[in-house]
Order: sequence, then C-alpha cells, then structure tokens
Amino acid sequence: MALLQRPFLVLLLIVTHQFLQYWVAFGSVNEECQKQEEFNEELLLKPLPDRKALAHFHFQSSAPPSTSNGRHHHLFPKAISQLVQKFQVKEMELSFTQGRWNYESWGGFDPISSSNAKPPGVELWAVFDVPQHQIDASWKNLTHSLSGLFCASINFLESTTTYSAPEWSFPPASGNLRYGTLPREAVCTENLTPWLKLLPCRDKDGLAKLLDRPSIYRGFYHSQRLHLTSTGSGSEGMDSGIILEQTLTAVLRPNSRRASMAHAREKHIQPSWSLSSIFGKQVSGRCVLVKSSNVYLLLDRGLVSELKHLYKENEKLVANDLATKNFWTNPSFELSAKPERVFIEENSMHSNSSSILYKFPVEKYSESEPFDLGVIWKDPVVWLCQQAPLRASRFLMGSGNERGTIAISLKSTQLSEGFMGANANDKRCELRVYVFQVVPWYVKVYFHSLQVFVDQQPKAVSDIIEKINVSPSKDKVSPGVMEVVLKLPCRVTSAALTIEFDKGFLHIDEYPPDANQGFDIPSAIISFPNFHASMVFLEDDSLNKSPLLSKFQEKSPVMSYTEVLLVPLTTPDFSMPYNVIAITCMVFALYFRSLVNVLRRRVAEEERFLKDKAARKTGWPLPLLSKLSAKLRGRQWEPPHSAPASSSFINSKLVFKVILVAGLAVGWQYYFS
Amino acid sequence: MLANQHVLEGNRLVNDLTSSNLKSSETGIESQRIIARYMLDLGAEASIHKFHRQLNHFHPLHFFSSPDSGIIEENYSCSSYGINTVGIIRAPRGDGKEAIVLVTPYNALKSGLGEALSIGIAYSVFSLLSQVTWLAKDIIWLVADSRYGEYAAVSAWLRDYQTPKFSSLSTLDAEMCPDIDNLYDLKVNSITGSKFSSSFKRAGTMAAALVLKVRNKSDQFEDTISIYAEASNGQMPNLDLINVVNYLAVHRQGLHVKVEKLWSLLNSSWLKILGEIFESLGKVAKSLNPKWKFGITATEYVEGTATLASSLYYQALGLPTGPHGAFRDYQIDAITLEILPKFSSDKVRHSDILLRGGRLIEGVIRSVNNLLEKFHQSFFLYLLTSPSKFVSVGVYMIAFALLIAPLPIVAASLYVDASSLGNCSKSDKSTPSASLDTDEHSITIGSWMWLNSAKLVFLVHLWGAIVSLIPYVICQIPDCTPTTSFMIWVLLSMLSFLTLYSVLASPLSCAKASQEKEWALVKSVTISSVFIGLGLMSVINFATAEIGALLMVPMCLLARPLKLDVRAGTLRSFSRMIGNLVLGLIAFPPAAFFLLKGMLDGFGSVNVGAFWIWVESLWAWNSATYLFIGMVHLPCWVLCIHILLHTC
Repeated sequence: MALLQRPFLVLLLIVTHQFLQYWVAFGSVNEECQKQEEFNEELLLKPLPDRKALAHFHFQSSAPPSTSNGRHHHLFPKAISQLVQKFQVKEMELSFTQGRWNYESWGGFDPISSSNAKPPGVELWAVFDVPQHQIDASWKNLTHSLSGLFCASINFLESTTTYSAPEWSFPPASGNLRYGTLPREAVCTENLTPWLKLLPCRDKDGLAKLLDRPSIYRGFYHSQRLHLTSTGSGSEGMDSGIILEQTLTAVLRPNSRRASMAHAREKHIQPSWSLSSIFGKQVSGRCVLVKSSNVYLLLDRGLVSELKHLYKENEKLVANDLATKNFWTNPSFELSAKPERVFIEENSMHSNSSSILYKFPVEKYSESEPFDLGVIWKDPVVWLCQQAPLRASRFLMGSGNERGTIAISLKSTQLSEGFMGANANDKRCELRVYVFQVVPWYVKVYFHSLQVFVDQQPKAVSDIIEKINVSPSKDKVSPGVMEVVLKLPCRVTSAALTIEFDKGFLHIDEYPPDANQGFDIPSAIISFPNFHASMVFLEDDSLNKSPLLSKFQEKSPVMSYTEVLLVPLTTPDFSMPYNVIAITCMVFALYFRSLVNVLRRRVAEEERFLKDKAARKTGWPLPLLSKLSAKLRGRQWEPPHSAPASSSFINSKLVFKVILVAGLAVGWQYYFS
Repeated sequence: MLANQHVLEGNRLVNDLTSSNLKSSETGIESQRIIARYMLDLGAEASIHKFHRQLNHFHPLHFFSSPDSGIIEENYSCSSYGINTVGIIRAPRGDGKEAIVLVTPYNALKSGLGEALSIGIAYSVFSLLSQVTWLAKDIIWLVADSRYGEYAAVSAWLRDYQTPKFSSLSTLDAEMCPDIDNLYDLKVNSITGSKFSSSFKRAGTMAAALVLKVRNKSDQFEDTISIYAEASNGQMPNLDLINVVNYLAVHRQGLHVKVEKLWSLLNSSWLKILGEIFESLGKVAKSLNPKWKFGITATEYVEGTATLASSLYYQALGLPTGPHGAFRDYQIDAITLEILPKFSSDKVRHSDILLRGGRLIEGVIRSVNNLLEKFHQSFFLYLLTSPSKFVSVGVYMIAFALLIAPLPIVAASLYVDASSLGNCSKSDKSTPSASLDTDEHSITIGSWMWLNSAKLVFLVHLWGAIVSLIPYVICQIPDCTPTTSFMIWVLLSMLSFLTLYSVLASPLSCAKASQEKEWALVKSVTISSVFIGLGLMSVINFATAEIGALLMVPMCLLARPLKLDVRAGTLRSFSRMIGNLVLGLIAFPPAAFFLLKGMLDGFGSVNVGAFWIWVESLWAWNSATYLFIGMVHLPCWVLCIHILLHTC
C-alpha cells in the first residue's frame, strides 16, 4: 500500500507545484495590469491661534482588490486584511484620544477638526457586510481582535450595554453600523506601538520617525486613528480591496526660547517653531517603500486673511500679488525651507479668504541633509479659526443622588454668520442639526421630558424636532439611544435641549473599581448635514494625487463631539459586607452556643451527677441517714445545699483577696515609682 | 512648586488692584476688568457672570425643597446686580470631567488690602496652574462679587452652574446696563489667543471647592489659618479635606491652624478644674503603665471643650459659616480658609503671605487633583475638637442615645402606673359587689384614657406648627423693626393658643376621678412625642437634637405638678419644685437664646429684637433648627408648663 502511494504523492506534489507556479505567475501579471499596493506618508503642520502647533500625520496604505496574492501582501499589514476578511468589515474606524479638542481656538469647521477631533478615550465604529443577525456576533469578535491588536481594553465594547446601532444620525449611516466608546480608556505608548507596527517602515524611517513618544504625549491633544474601508470585490473569488488610513493628530506647544524674555513686543509674537523643536527630531528622508512622502504647512483662512490685511498695510500691495510663489517670505513670518508648490484653496464661498498650503516633498532630503521645516514669526498676528455654525456643549444639571438633567446647549458662533448671511434673511432658511446621544442604562433617561429652548424661549418639541429616533435603555441589556434632527431657524443665537434622568442602582458587583469617581456618559455627536467641511486644492497631476488632499476634498458633514459627562451615582459602602459578615457571624456564634448548650446539656443528669459528687464527698452515711430521717419524718428528702453555698462564699472571698492584692500593688507602684 | 515669579505676578495684581481702587471706585467695574485681563494673560478662559441679589423670603412650602426651586422672577434693575469674574484653566491632558473650584470673595466697592491679597494668592496659584502639566481636573477660579454678601454671590453662581434657566423672561441682558459693556472690549487677548466671553462657562462635575479669604486686620503673633467648615443644617465637608488642609498648613508651611472656639469657655474655672482632674488621672495612669496614654493636659482639655462646644453650636444653628455653605447644598465638599497674617505693616510681608498661602492652596489643589475618586473615605458626621482631632458619629451617638434612652422607659412606666392607679381607685370606689360588666367598662375607659392626653399633645403640636408659620404673615407687614415683629409674633402666638385652647382642648371635660392621674398620662405622651421628635432631629441635624435633648430631657423627666410638691412639703419635693421652675424658665426657647447670648457676649447687648433677627436668619437659611424649635421644643415646653400648673 505504502509503496503504491508514494509515487502517487510525488506526482501530486509536482503537479501542484507546477500549477502553483503558473498561478503565481498569472497573479503577478494580473497585478501589474491592475493597481499596485501603495503606501503614502504625509505630514500636515498648522499653526494654531493659541500659540500651539498642530501636527497631523497621515499614512495611507491601500491594497487593491485582487485574487492574486491570496493572503499575502507586499506592504499592506496582514493583521488588518485578515480582520477585514474574517469579520466582513466594510468600514471601520478606531481612535485613541487623550485630551480634548478645543473647538473654540483650534477650529471646528475644517476637515481636520471635523474628522480627527475625537472624544477622549477609545471610539470604535464599524460597518459590516454581513446579514443583520450576524452583525452583533461579528462586532463582538472584532472588538476582541482589536483589543489584542492594540493592547487596549476594547473588548469591553463587547457587552451589549456599551455599544449601540445608530440609524441615521451618525454620518456613515447604515443599518449595519455599530458604535461604541470607552471614555475612560487611558491612552499611552502601548497603544501607539502596535499602531506604528502596521506601517511598512514602522517608526524607523520616513515621517513616522518624527513620532517621538515623549514629545507627543507631552502635547495638549493627541488622537491616533485608524480608518479602513474595504472597497468590496466585484466577483466572488477576489479579495476585497482595502484602504487603510492611519492618522495621528497632535497639538503641541512649541517651547519657544524667547519665552523667558518678558519683552512686551516679543510676547505678542507667536512662538517660532520647527520640526526639530517640537518633535526633537528631523526628517532624514523618506521610507523607501513609500510612494509619496510630503510635508505640508497649512495656513487657515483666518490667518491668511489676517496676513493679507497686515501685508496690505505694510507694503501697499494689491491683494492678488499675495498669492504668488514668493508668499513664503513675507513680513510676518518666514519659512526655513522653500516650498515646492503653493496651493491656494479653491473656494467659491469664501472668496476673500482661502487657506494656503505649502508642499515640501521629502524625497530631496537625506540623512546628511535632513529636512527641518521651521516657521519664524516676525510680527504679531492674531486670528481665529473657523468655527462650526453652532458650538455645542453639554452639561449636567441638578444635584443630589436621585435625579438630574442632561442639557445640550448650542450657541451660535459669530464667525459662522458670514456664510449663513446670504440666505439668513430668508424666513424658511433652516439649520439642520443631528444629535446622537448614547446614555448607559443606569442613567435612566425619560425621553418624554425632552424640552427644547430656542433663543431662550421654550418651544414645542414638534416644532423644532424634525425627526427623532429613540430606543430606550433596557436594564443591564442595552443603553438608551437618542437620535434627533433639530430644525433651527438660521438666525438662532442659542438653543438648548434638556432631558431628565433618574440615577439607577447597580448591583454591588457591577460597580467598576473606582465607583466613587462617578460614571461616564459618552460624548454626544453633533453634526451639521448642511455644512460640509472640505478644502479643495487643485492639483496638476491627477495620477499622483495626494491622499491627504483628496481626503480634504471629500464632502463630509461638519461634526463635533461634546464633553464626556461624569454622573455621580450612589455607591454602596463597599466595606459594609465585611462588617455585616462580622456582625452576623458573631450573632450566629452566640445563638449556636446557647442553642447547643440547651440541647446538649441534660439538666437532670447534671443534677444527679452533682448529687453523686456531693454524696461521694460527704461519704455515704450522711445522705443515707438524712434520707432515712426524712422518710421517718414523712417529708420529701432534700439534698444538702451547703456545698454550692460554701463555694460561692469562697469565690467572693477570693475576689476580695484579689482586689486587695491588686490595690496594694497599685499603691506600691504609685508610691515607689 | 509655587515660585517667586508667580508671587511677583500676584503682587503685581495686588498693586494694580489697590491702585485702581484709588482711581475709580464708583462702580468697581475697573477691578473686574483688571482681574479678567490678568486671567486672559495666563491663557485661561475668562468670563463674567452677572447675578441679582435674591432677597431671602420665608416660603413655608419651599422649606425642605432643593435650593433652585425657591426662585421668584422679579423685576431687576441695573443697580442691583453683581458681577462675578470666572477664570477656567482647562487641564491640558485631562478629559474635563471634573473641576476644582477656588473662590475669592471680592468687593470691588470697598475692598481692603485683605481682599486684594486673597486675590493675589489665588492669582499666583492660578498662574502656576496654567503652566503645570500634572493637572487632571479643570480649575475654576471664581472672584465672587461680595457687594451683596459673599454667600449670595457664590450661591448665585452655583445656581447658574447647576440649575441654569434656559427660558429667561425678565432677566436683563448685559446690553441693557451700560457699564458692563465696558468689559466686553477686552475681547481677544493677543498674546494667548484666549477669549473673553460673557456666556456662562462650565467645567465638569465639581470635586471640591476652597474659599480663600485674607483678613488683614489681625493681631496674631504668627501666621494663622482658620478653617470654617459648617454648612447649612450642620452638614460638614468630608473630614479628609480638613485633614489635608491641616496637614499641609502645619507640616509643610508651618502655619498655625485653628478652628472656631467658644472663647468664653476658655476662661471658665470649672472647666479648668475638670481638666486638671483629668490631667492628674492621666498622670496616675501613666505612672502605672507607661503605655496608657489617655491623659491630656488641662489646657488642651479646655481648648478641646471650647472647640467642641463651638462646633456643636454652629452645627446646631444650621447656618453656613461662610460661602462654602453654598457648595454643600450641591454635595460638593468645600471649606473656607481664612488667612490671618502676622501683624506687620511692611510690604515684604505681602509676598511672604502670597508665597506661603499660595503654596498651601497649591498643595491642597494638587492633593484633590490627584484623587481619582471624590472624597468618600472619611467621615461626614463629626464634631471637631481641634483642627486635627474630632469626635466621630459612632462616639457622640452613644452619649445622645444614653441621654434619650430613659424617655421611652419613663413614658411606659408612667403609662402603666397611671392606668393601674386608675383601675385601683376605680375598684376601691366601686363596691365589691359591682357587676362584672361595669368593671370591664371602666377598664376599657381606663385603657383609652391616654387618647385624651394624646389629643392635648397633638393640639399643642398643631399650635407649634401655627406659631412657626406666623412669621410668614409678619414678613408681609412692611417696615417692621425686629422688636415689633417679635412682639407681634408673641401676641399672635398667644392669641392662637388661647383660641385653640378654648375651642378645642377643654381638659376639664374629663371626670374628676381621672384628673389625679391625668397629668401622668399627659407627661407620658409628651415624653413619647419628645422622644420621637429628638430621634428624628438627630438624623437631620445631630447637634440641634443634642442641645435640645440637654434642655428638654431633664425638663420632661422632672415635670410634676407644683401643687403636689407644695402639698408634700418635704425637702426633696421642694428642691424638685425649684428645679422644675428653673428648667421651665431656661428651656423656653427665647429665654434660652437670651441666656446664651448674654453668657457669650455679655448681657448689655441683649435686646428683644435680637431673637427675631436670629429666627429670621434661621428660616432664611432653611435651617431645620427652626422647625425643631417650632414643632418639637416649644410644644414640649408648653406641655411641661401645663403639667407644672396642673390642678390636681
């Protein structure tokens, strides 16, 4: 049998090998005619009005749909592609954030703030390409895989009490979406390292080399984000193409050397900074596997218009001249490197001010000649970043451990009046606001108590709310979800939404370790579907389109997150069970002792025993004699009582003696010490 | 660590404030501007908060309600508002869920150097905190405009923080008042890019609050900090907050910490003698066994007693001892720190105060900042005997329990005695051959006898409730001096008593035979009601219940008709009579008040209106002590007097 089998096996091996060779060859041919796997790295820098600098790293790897490479990739991280294939993830976003995005001074309208400002902690949402009944199972598995992949407790999102399924208020709205956040997750390097491992050059080369841990974590805000979209394969046999977008947004404070000098004029100038001063490192060339590697410097609309204003005053030049190539050396600031190209935002809406983008390709630089972009400010400039139409903030109202109110207040930002002004006079002009709010089940929200105030006037809910979708929370099963579309007049200055809640009670073992801190209510998401955060920069060559710039061009609705809230709930005295156990045990011990005594002791027998003892002590004739005499007298015989009486007498005597001796000892001690 | 550079900045602000004070003091808006500008220079968010003075009215229906609901919309004018300046530092890497509040009361109209110094301290801490990286909680600095009182400003701000009103119909906008407009031209700070806003700024849930004051005129020989902790209804902040302040002040900054004492007790000789007895006992014990260390020195004992008495007194009063009381209404731990600098007049001292005070505040803020959970480990129910020592609820409850334990026993025994006495007398009078059913009938009547006295007790308590509602009516009378108000109150109370007495309670309706023991039944029911009242009050405000029990328990237990004592004529009954009379005098609430006030402040300052003012403050602060006096103490006193004057 064995002899017969062996040549057959060899034959089989040869055939398969040849087939495989052919298959691989075919695959490579196929790949060539299709798209290659790509990796792009980009870094966007932006000065912020409050003397800080924004650094936005954007790494994009894409794997085209193919049948060829099977489970193997050249550049694309295998872990991610496996994830996508296994759980049929259509789109997914995972973000780790520390700190808060300051919408007021860092802007709330541009693509960066709208898509990269995330709530503190972990946020995960995913759209699955599976039938409805399998979604929850896929989600659970996905959370566990991601938890292992990123060294984070994302697996807590597995429980049905933590995630929700928004219907339409979350921008990539679709029925297969699951959304969950962990506001209390601490973010640190252990989450960054696995994230960097997904890059082909890790942080050893290219722009990622700038990611110096101490300088990033010293910053005011950092958010690492992983966003993947699988393009979906047309045919059955092909794997889906995946685009993996990894961004890291950090707001850093350049430590200016001049800060120590308290010169009045110097103080007003923005601090000058460079890559080496904010990261402590320089770019020494690009990652060899990269398709394009660029550094951008973005001056936003407010800054540009302010600069133009200054420029006009100083040089008396026509505004059109500003957009020329030599704008990078101007009286207000100076760049240490010459940009290759200057893009000016194409925007019909804001004709008077459009942002300017400088492009610095990294290819030219090498180890010997590192790239170190620096901005040196020469004149004080004050500007404001563009704000979302309404600034949302959320807070708790009320006091006590019984009930409270969640209030979402929307305040109009004066800056947005400009672009709403065109049709603000129109009475029918409406500003649509989507509010998506998840509340944990122990915060029992009464949805009927929803109240709406517009411009400090209470309004009927039906007048303002166009559409509402509520799924009430189930105790220990699912959180409460509220999705609302508000229809506000364009001229609104302030609006508020209040909803009352009762604070629930948890079982003692459901409390988290730091129960007395309070419980978090995750951020609400406020989005404005009528407003799109996009910046269009026209590029010449459509072939080498920068992924970052094309990302900027996408018309995504303006989104903002509100604060995380902390609800103090009643907490039990966690040491109480031990006290109760101690007291109960004591009571039980006392009870059982007496019970056992009562049950065990046979009073009659003990008496007889005592009698016997007494009889033995006194000798047999006496009781006999007394018995006899009692019988003779015709009375019942009584046992002698002398013995116990004498013993008690002895006892009291003894006690007296002991007290006497102790008193003597005390006196002795007192007088002779 | 707070360095000299921060102190210099603080000093600069103090100088600016004191000089601006000289320049324009007519509106006080200038100093608000200066403070707001300094806040903006640090990169903090500055905003102003306008509030209106809220007059304290007595709303009987809102007595126990939460602080937000008793607000009446009134027509305010520009003249009656105050402006709080609020600065917020956002923790650079924090998630903004929690905040620590620092409050400095400041009266721009007539500010002394002390208030400017307190602002200087707060500012130097604030400037340090705007640079540090360890902040996990946001810092709110509230410069409370104390022109209408410190408490009013802080509570107005807290009310807007915790329970804002979205629909405002009659509140005036900032634009209507011209001088507030001046503040808005601060706008954007060019250095830090931080903005000034008139809208209400918030940070997260408040973890703790510190109120900082500097009293300039003091005659201390060393830098001293006094801690005020009592909030309304005897609520105390968590003991850990006091411990943190005390530890840091004593061991880090070398400051002397004190809490309020009853100064008159310090010189009382009987306390000293008691203290000496304890001291010698302690010595004896120590000589017997060196490990026994329960002895304290006589001075320590006297001081501890004085502190304990004051702690008990302020808790019993139920009035907050400072602006921190407003925080306690929202379950936020807060204390007031008053810095009393060493007496000196030179300028160098200022920076020393700024440095030491600032470091203390910094340490406390840092301690609270580092806490993951809010204060919950330590006691909330305690009485202080010194800044570092306390009597906890487990200990003081024993004394109270022992004090009121005789009440139910005596009530029961009185009831049993009375009913058995009734039966005996009945059976004595009735002929032995009386039928069985009449005997049974008398027994049933006898066992329901107590209902009559219960009716009386109930009516007197009803009267007490009416008496405590009368001030609401008196408040409506315009232009009343305290003395006349008090007089009206007394008159109305007596009138209502007489009407009630004549209409409803006719104690003579009972049979003559039962009158002999009627007083015993009344006493029994009174004692039970007092027991219930004291028990309830000990849950609401222990200190009130304790002081009330000290007055009422002996009075209730001793009460016995004077006629009986006169009839007996023995020495024992005579002394009992004297005791009854004295207690009956002392336990009358106004009498007790005047006596106490006379003992503390001297009898010269006592006038009739003082009691009215005191009572007014009690109901204005929604103190449960007011209800206790009106509905437990006063009826009990009346009932005891009724027993004393009983005709048997």
